[in-house]
Amino acid sequence: MNKTINQKAWYFVIPVFVLVAFNAAIPLMTVVNYSFQETFGNNVFAWEGTRWFKQILLSERFHASLGRQFAFTFIILLIQIPLGIAIALTMPKKGWGVPVCLILMSMPLLIPWNVVGAMWNIFALPDIGFLGYTLNSVGFDYNFTQQPGDAWFTTILMDVWHWTSLVVLLSYAGLNSIQPAYYQAAEIDGASRWATFRYIELPKMKKVLTLAILLRFMDSFMIYTEPFVLTGGGPGNTTAFLSIDLVKMALGQFDLGPAAAMSLIYFFIVLLVCWVFYNLMMKNEAQS
Amino acid sequence: MKKYKWLVPTLYIIFLMLPIYWLINMSFKTTTEIINTYSLWPQKFTLENYVKIFTDSTWYMGYVNSITYTVFNTVISVAAALPAAYAFSRYKFLGDKHLFFWLLTNRMAPPAVFALPFFQFYSSVNLFDTHIAVALSHCLFNIPLAVWILEGFMSAVPKELDETAYVDGYSFGRFFFKIFVPTIAAGIGITMFFCFMFSWVELLLAKTLTATEAKPIAATMTRTASTSGYELGLLAAAGTLTIIPGAIVIYFVKDYIAKGFAMGRV
Repeated sequence: MNKTINQKAWYFVIPVFVLVAFNAAIPLMTVVNYSFQETFGNNVFAWEGTRWFKQILLSERFHASLGRQFAFTFIILLIQIPLGIAIALTMPKKGWGVPVCLILMSMPLLIPWNVVGAMWNIFALPDIGFLGYTLNSVGFDYNFTQQPGDAWFTTILMDVWHWTSLVVLLSYAGLNSIQPAYYQAAEIDGASRWATFRYIELPKMKKVLTLAILLRFMDSFMIYTEPFVLTGGGPGNTTAFLSIDLVKMALGQFDLGPAAAMSLIYFFIVLLVCWVFYNLMMKNEAQS
Repeated sequence: MKKYKWLVPTLYIIFLMLPIYWLINMSFKTTTEIINTYSLWPQKFTLENYVKIFTDSTWYMGYVNSITYTVFNTVISVAAALPAAYAFSRYKFLGDKHLFFWLLTNRMAPPAVFALPFFQFYSSVNLFDTHIAVALSHCLFNIPLAVWILEGFMSAVPKELDETAYVDGYSFGRFFFKIFVPTIAAGIGITMFFCFMFSWVELLLAKTLTATEAKPIAATMTRTASTSGYELGLLAAAGTLTIIPGAIVIYFVKDYIAKGFAMGRV
C-alpha cells in the first residue's frame, strides 16, 4: 500500500508509546542500574562497572543453563514444526470436522501455564498418573522426579502437547490461502504428492512458518512457569532453563547485580535472534 | 494412503485430550482415593472439591480477580492499539519502522527479566496488589501483539475506503467509528481473543504483582500445591475450572480463528 507521509500520525501512536514505555523503559532502566552496581539495601549503591557481566559470562552456571536452554528450544522446534505441518496437511478442509478440530486443538493454548504444569505433573506421576503408570507397567523404569532423562522427556512432551497446535493453526491458515488452481495445475502435470508439497505448499507456507518458528523460538526461550511447576528445575538443576535460573538468582538469593547482568545478556540474545528473523520476514513480505 | 488420512489429526486430538481427561477424572475423586488407588475413572464419584471452591472465598475470588484484570487488559490493549495500528497501516512518519520493531521487542522480552523491577516499580507508585497493576503490566506484551494483528487487518482494507468517506464529507472521527471499525470487526475480535488468551494464561507477572486483594486463581493454586501439598483433588478441580473461560472464548471466535491466522499476523 502507498503510505502518505504524515508526521501527525505520531499522535495516534502516543497512547501505545506511553503505555509500553511506562512498562518497558522504566523497569529496564532499573535492571541496567542494578547491573552496574552493588547494592547494600536502603538505596545505597556502589559502582561496580562491568564486574557482574564478566562474572556471569564466565560462570559455569550460566553456561550450563544457556546450554540447556538452547538444547530445549532446538529439540522442541525440531519436533513441533514438522509435526505441526503434518497435522495441518491431514486436517479436513471442509465439513463438520473443521470446527471440531479447530476448537479441540486450540484447547491447550488457553489453559493457564501453571495449570499445564500441574496437569502434566499429575498425568506423569509414576504411581497415580496415567502416563507414568502406563510406562512403568509396560516395563520402562520411569520416574520424572528422580531421573534427569525422564524429566527432559516429560518436559519436552509437555511442550509438544502445549504448543504444537499453534504451528498447526498457522500452517493450516497458510494452506487455506492456496488457490485451487495451483493444485489443478499440479495434477495436470502429474506431480507426485511430495512434489506438490515441496513446490506448491511449502513455498506458500513460508511466511507463516517463519512466524511459527519465530514465535516458538521466543516463547520457548522464555519458558518458565510450566517446567517450574512440573519439575521445579530438577532433579538437581537438570531442567533449570534460563528463566528458572534467573528467578532463582534474583528473587531466591537476591543477588540483584549478577541477576540484572544476566537479564540483560539474556534479553540481548533473544533480541539478536529475533532481529535476524524479523528482517528475514520483512524481506519475504517485501517480495510477495 | 488417502483413506487413512483422518488418523493423524484423530490421534493428535486423543493425545491432546488425555491429560485434560486425567485432570477432570481426578477432580471428581477424593484426595485419599487419588493417592491410594490408580483408576481410569472415579470409583467414588464426588463433587466435594467443586463445592469447596464455590463456597470458599479465597478460591472463588481468585477467578473473579483473574477475569477482572484480564478484561481490563483486553480493553486497554485494544483501545490503545486501534489508533496506533491505523497510523502504522496508513502513514509514514519519522521513526515508524524503528518504533514498530521496538514494540515487537517487548513481545520478546522474557517476563522473568521484568519480574523484579515491576515489583519495585508498582510498589513505589502504590499500585501493588491491584487489578490495574496486573492489567497494565500485561500491556507489555499484549499491546505490541494487538498493534501487530490489527495492523495486518487494517492493511488489508484498501485506502480508497478512507478517501471515499472523506470525499463524502465524513469527519475523521465519524469515519473511524462508523465505517472503519465495523469493517475490521473480525480483526478486532481476533485481537481481543489473543489479548484475553495471553493475559489469562500468564502467571509470573500476575503472581509477582499481587498479594491478597488481586491474587489470580492460578497463584491460589500454586500456594495450595506447595503448602498443604497433597490436596490433589482440589487442585484438579480448580485446574478444570480454569479451562472453562478459554473454552467459551474459543467457541465464540471459532469462525474467525482460521481467518485471523490467515493474515499471518499472530
